[in-house]
Amino acid sequence: MTATLEVAGLSTHFFTRAGVVKAVDGVSFSVQRGQVLGLVGESGSGKTVTGLSIMGLVDRPGRIVSGSIKLAGQELVGLSEKGWRTIRGRKIAMIFQDPMMTLNPVLRIDTQMIETVLAHADVSKDSARERCRQALSRVGIPSPDERLTAYPHQFSGGMRQRVAIAIALLHDPELIIADEPTTALDVTIQAQIIAQVQKLAAETGTAIVWVTHDLAVVSGLSDRLAVMYAGRIIEEGPTAEVLTQPHHPYTAGLLHSLPINNPRGQPLNQIPGSTPSLLRLPPGCPFGPRCTRKQHDCTQAMPPETQGANGVRLRCYHPVAREGAMA
Amino acid sequence: MSAPKYLVDARDVSKRFSQEPDLAQKVAGLLGARTKRIVVHALDHVSLGIAEGEVVGLVGESGSGKSTLGRIIAGIWEPSEGEIHFAGRPRNELNDTQRRAADLAVQMVFQDPMSSLNPRMHVAEIIGEAPEYHGIVKASETAAYVADIMQKVGLDPSFAERYPHQFSGGQRARIGIARALAVKPRVIVADEAIAALDVSIQAQVINLFMKLRADLGLAYLFISHDLGVVRHLADRVAILYLGRIVESAPADELFNTPNHPYTVALLANMPKVETGKHAFAPLEGEIPSPINPPSGCHFHPRCAHAMPRCAEVAPKLREVAPGRLSACHLNDGA
Amino acid sequence: MTDAALTSAAVAPPVETPFRRFASDFFANKVAAVALVIIVILALLAIFAPWVTPQNPYDLTQISIFDNMLKPGAKSMEGKTFWLGTDEQGRDMFSAMIYGLRMSLFVSAVATSIAVLVGVSLGVTAAYFGGRVDSIIMRIVDLQLSFPAILIALILLAALGKGVDKVILALMLVQWAYYARTVRGNALVERRREYIEAAQCLALPRYRIIFRHLLPNCLPPLIVIATVQVAHAISLEATLSFLGVGVPITEPSLGLLISNGYKYILSGKYWVSVFPGLMLLLTILSINLVGDHLRDLLNPRLKA
Repeated sequence: MTATLEVAGLSTHFFTRAGVVKAVDGVSFSVQRGQVLGLVGESGSGKTVTGLSIMGLVDRPGRIVSGSIKLAGQELVGLSEKGWRTIRGRKIAMIFQDPMMTLNPVLRIDTQMIETVLAHADVSKDSARERCRQALSRVGIPSPDERLTAYPHQFSGGMRQRVAIAIALLHDPELIIADEPTTALDVTIQAQIIAQVQKLAAETGTAIVWVTHDLAVVSGLSDRLAVMYAGRIIEEGPTAEVLTQPHHPYTAGLLHSLPINNPRGQPLNQIPGSTPSLLRLPPGCPFGPRCTRKQHDCTQAMPPETQGANGVRLRCYHPVAREGAMA
Repeated sequence: MSAPKYLVDARDVSKRFSQEPDLAQKVAGLLGARTKRIVVHALDHVSLGIAEGEVVGLVGESGSGKSTLGRIIAGIWEPSEGEIHFAGRPRNELNDTQRRAADLAVQMVFQDPMSSLNPRMHVAEIIGEAPEYHGIVKASETAAYVADIMQKVGLDPSFAERYPHQFSGGQRARIGIARALAVKPRVIVADEAIAALDVSIQAQVINLFMKLRADLGLAYLFISHDLGVVRHLADRVAILYLGRIVESAPADELFNTPNHPYTVALLANMPKVETGKHAFAPLEGEIPSPINPPSGCHFHPRCAHAMPRCAEVAPKLREVAPGRLSACHLNDGA
Repeated sequence: MTDAALTSAAVAPPVETPFRRFASDFFANKVAAVALVIIVILALLAIFAPWVTPQNPYDLTQISIFDNMLKPGAKSMEGKTFWLGTDEQGRDMFSAMIYGLRMSLFVSAVATSIAVLVGVSLGVTAAYFGGRVDSIIMRIVDLQLSFPAILIALILLAALGKGVDKVILALMLVQWAYYARTVRGNALVERRREYIEAAQCLALPRYRIIFRHLLPNCLPPLIVIATVQVAHAISLEATLSFLGVGVPITEPSLGLLISNGYKYILSGKYWVSVFPGLMLLLTILSINLVGDHLRDLLNPRLKA
């Protein structure tokens, strides 16, 4: 069976005046139908640019310099703008951190949604409206008929994000890229949205790439987890595997630094230093300067990708041994 | 006179924000248009104190008024009703010298590490301005003083002449902390001070907060939506919902045996690193708007235990166990 | 925290100061760069007029009525060449123009500076205090802006009479309101930023917060407006002088020079009006080109 999304050796670089920023550098992963992949990283890790690359939304001065992105077997890299229009919004949809990226503030919700339906489907306006109504109720918006005639500003932040998700689901896309969709929301609202997305993915078989900085958010949602650092995936595998037995010192360090994994009131196990500038990456492993397990070979070359046990892929010369793991 | 219980405390504080109609709206009103004066009850009779050296966690979602309370305690805003007491005396009754000392004793660290730093000042100015102005250090000694504080918060003093945009997010957060420390405060109000930081940097800044507390005996009002962080740091936790404190208790007890249904829901919805996929059971319903909060107990429309009385009478915040306050009618029978 | 934040940070490595970055952005646009060079040259010419002009056109001992209305390139009685011709009193047009430019730039620059000072102080005060102070200041601004600038200036000058000081006063009075309004708008945005709250929390006095924290951060958009307004002031001054209510005849500006010569245009003696006119055009055009480009650079919405 072909995977819904297959990304291989993807590199997206930005050619700025100050130099080449290798925002995404040789990233490979795949997502199966109905699966959720958590793409985790800090700012500058390349997680957002990876999402935008899959959507074909990388603008100058950036471009995809190499690699392949296959959606259900169809190559997307090098697609014409016309070709993209049949994909974007219909086969791949995107949910942003700020739902107002998708919503037009001066148009009513129904105007925007019906337009989206009619853009890709040859149906009557009435049936388009009915589809919008169903989409809204599917994401848990009460009294959808009434809400259809409202403007975006009349919704709360959480409701707006639900509308954005409803719009993303209009054409039953094969893949949804969700870029920090709950980061700006309150705890209780975030839980609602995650529950909704989890239910929808199971019902529709849509594959989801959930981009986030928050391990906790994806831990209960995703099937697989890919941890990015400085433009590369440094560890990827089944969520439970990565979280219970992190092999990469960065993944392990992130987990160890969480307050919940530290005795109350004691200093946290922090990762020293800060994320490197992509313009001045250290030689070898980019995490090297912050790594407690660093040895001489780490400064020589980027560790190659190795296949570990239990379906985990890793880029590290000196992975954390099992006994160091904790939940 | 016995020593006051709290170093700084808000007593029965309310804050209303009203939008006065502008000229055009007044004219429209004369012509018969319905213009309404919008009043937001950001805080509704809230009392909260911070004792010397204590860490109080203040938790709430958007619209809860947690930032408003922080700013009132920090002296940036005046309450609409109620008083802020400093060392047991109403802040408004202090003379100028005492008032200034009280103002400087409570400092704030902000959420956005970029917008909380003046982009046109270099770090030495940002940190050194206030102590120099208030005569805490002599002008000739400011540079050494700033260097000392930068070292304390983990910044390289050789960066003193740099501007905020030349620093990373974590370093900017440290600058904000250094600016607060420079006037020798006794309480720091940290308003979502780590929320905008990267995960690996958050731990560093939390550690810095803890180290400063140990070294300087600082008290904190730690405002956050992140229960994990609050549990780690706080001695006592207060939960705000739509401008009212619904529960307040020592941190251990609050996290182990939450009393108020809203606290229970918050704890259940708190994102945790869990192994493996599981179903989420979220709290239903929207957070109501503070412009038009629900009657009675503000939480009743979302509460699983709501009784008819909850919609009519607002439950009083009362002691349900020693040191534990909760505002819920469920405690009435007990 | 998105990756975009990082890439934009990556574009500005710490070694590059904001000013240097701005300068290199500015000179990337060749038209604006040329316009700026022209402005600098014109300003230098005006400042050093007594040293760069062949004669002082207002020193009656240096001019001869017998040289009047000479064509460009003609020679004087004493053998000097008037490359741009002479006017009806025998003044060298080139010298007269440079002196006229000097007067035009002086009047507009002084008026604009005072207007900026007044407008900025009032605007930032209105924004910081809000409430009644804000209402009073801003209603005056509204009133001021509801009259055409030329009308206000004409009435003022008709009432006050001619004179350089009066023109400056008139130009200042018609301009300050723009700055007040712009600065207030910026200040209202900046005032809500956390660094202002931090300054309040540090118990710094109000004047210090307003002038050291708030004001410097409201100024960048003002640079654009001030630039464009200088051009506007120059043309307004030229209009007033052309209409005969501006600077006195003994200290002509470009506008007055144009006015002096326009009656000869139809008789083929174009140079008396046309050269000062071209100078005026060049000045205003260059300033506007620079101003437009500054606006593009400083407008965050146009930045990718």
